[in-house]
Amino acid sequence: MISDISIGQYFTGNSFLHKMDARMKFILVFALLVFVFLCKSFFSLALMVVFTVFAVILSKVPFKMVLKSIKPLVIIILFTALLNIFYTTGGTTYFEWHSLKLTEKGINTAIFMAVRILVLVVISSLLTYTTTPTMLTDAIERLLSPLSVFHIKVHTLAMMMTLALRFIPTLVEEIERIMNAQKARGAELETGGLIARSKALVPIFVPLMVSSFRRAYELAFAMTCRCYTGGEGRTRMKQMKLKPRDFIAAVFVAALLAGVLVLNHFFEAVI
Amino acid sequence: MSEKLIEFKNVTYFYDTDEDEENRPQPSPAIKDINIAFSKGEFAAVLGHNGSGKSTLAKMCNAILIPTSGEVTVEGMSTSDEENGDLIRRKVGMVFQNPDNQIVATIVEDDVAFGPENLGVEPTEIRRRVDESLKAVNMYDFRLKQPHNLSGGQKQRVAIAGVLAMRTDVIVLDEPTAMLDPVGRADVLATVHRLNRDYGITVIMVTHFMDEAVQADRVIVMNKGSIVLDGTPEEVFSNTAAVKSCGLDVPQSTEFCSRIGIKNTVLTAESAVEEIMNIYGGGAK
Repeated sequence: MISDISIGQYFTGNSFLHKMDARMKFILVFALLVFVFLCKSFFSLALMVVFTVFAVILSKVPFKMVLKSIKPLVIIILFTALLNIFYTTGGTTYFEWHSLKLTEKGINTAIFMAVRILVLVVISSLLTYTTTPTMLTDAIERLLSPLSVFHIKVHTLAMMMTLALRFIPTLVEEIERIMNAQKARGAELETGGLIARSKALVPIFVPLMVSSFRRAYELAFAMTCRCYTGGEGRTRMKQMKLKPRDFIAAVFVAALLAGVLVLNHFFEAVI
Repeated sequence: MSEKLIEFKNVTYFYDTDEDEENRPQPSPAIKDINIAFSKGEFAAVLGHNGSGKSTLAKMCNAILIPTSGEVTVEGMSTSDEENGDLIRRKVGMVFQNPDNQIVATIVEDDVAFGPENLGVEPTEIRRRVDESLKAVNMYDFRLKQPHNLSGGQKQRVAIAGVLAMRTDVIVLDEPTAMLDPVGRADVLATVHRLNRDYGITVIMVTHFMDEAVQADRVIVMNKGSIVLDGTPEEVFSNTAAVKSCGLDVPQSTEFCSRIGIKNTVLTAESAVEEIMNIYGGGAK
């Protein structure tokens, strides 16, 4: 169970994407997500798909792992597709039943939407597969650092994120332990209706809260012992430096934008 | 003769209690009027059963807890002065009992870097220290692993590397092996001993395992907030009655030898065998 946690799941590797600066990756992924929404025709979207597949190959993350990140979203994708099939009408009508109409435009939109979501998910999960959570929070901290002008404590926020990520596996382990302990005392966690089951969760979450506070207290002690006094005067072991490969990637993504816009212009829009 | 690094002068400590609860009985101090000094390079084990004040003593060494009365000084700096807190913690590092609650980062090497980063050390120097510290605790091969995939003993060694990378003069360990299996315990102990021997780091280790205390240069036995015994392991454990009155056991070999009426300064099974052979085993060859 522990190994199943995929939040911040980093795939150890040494690829082009792994070596890129996390800040650049962050910005580029954000740009790519916007590009996906700019796509109007099947051809521009196809270009994005090709690019995404290329990026996955470049990252050397196994396809199996990428599929795993899609799995939880299958229902959402199907649901979106289904809604779009019947709510968008236009073009040739293939099938009609009461107010439900299956039209050419409906099918096109449904496929378009499904592919769009898939691309969104794969691109953003590539970011977490190729960047350690630490690097990611570091990147966020640095990208947001201009906000400190407005007295927003960016470092504190980033530290909180790091600690949250760090403690997810620990707390999952803890939940398992508490559940087993309560089961050993005869708690029934897997039977009964929704209400009975939610009630059964109380004796799990109360001890979890208590122990989390104790952990937080001890962790604060340990951090003090290691001279942590907040963001001021801190240095970093891992420096972030933009390298030629980051600019190559940026140019590549810019070219992709041009491609998307050109294809949008020359081919018929689906939505 | 040797340099006093940490010194306790008439130290008493009460844990804070809620003042609203007037009916609560007057708490007894966790530490009562203690005078003790630790000198450079020594390996001291602090023994005591639960509630003896041994953890409190440890936490006072680096200004995590401040004495209610009396004074603790580290290289002459008083821990009661708040401004000294950070300077003291640069000299005295601490490893806690629960390895999970002291690891900050999601990657081993990032965690080891946390201390030096806080101290504002140059990046290249941090890299050097991190690699060196991980090698010193035999965890270099695990530098890119995630802490939750490590065993308890490995996590504890990472925590030790984290202190080592800060280049402190003293490491205080508060029951570092209490939550570990025997293999993890042996690993951590061997690591701590090596640091003491090879790097000259002063070690103050709180423990309730006799066999861990036996390997120290100096054993301090605490009971109800006071120091009962203080001396070499031989001196301390030969005083079987005093050790037992604190609710502690002497090592099995010591107990055995004193029961059969031979020397009671024997501390390990090996030396017990040797001693018995000397006395009874003359004809065995």
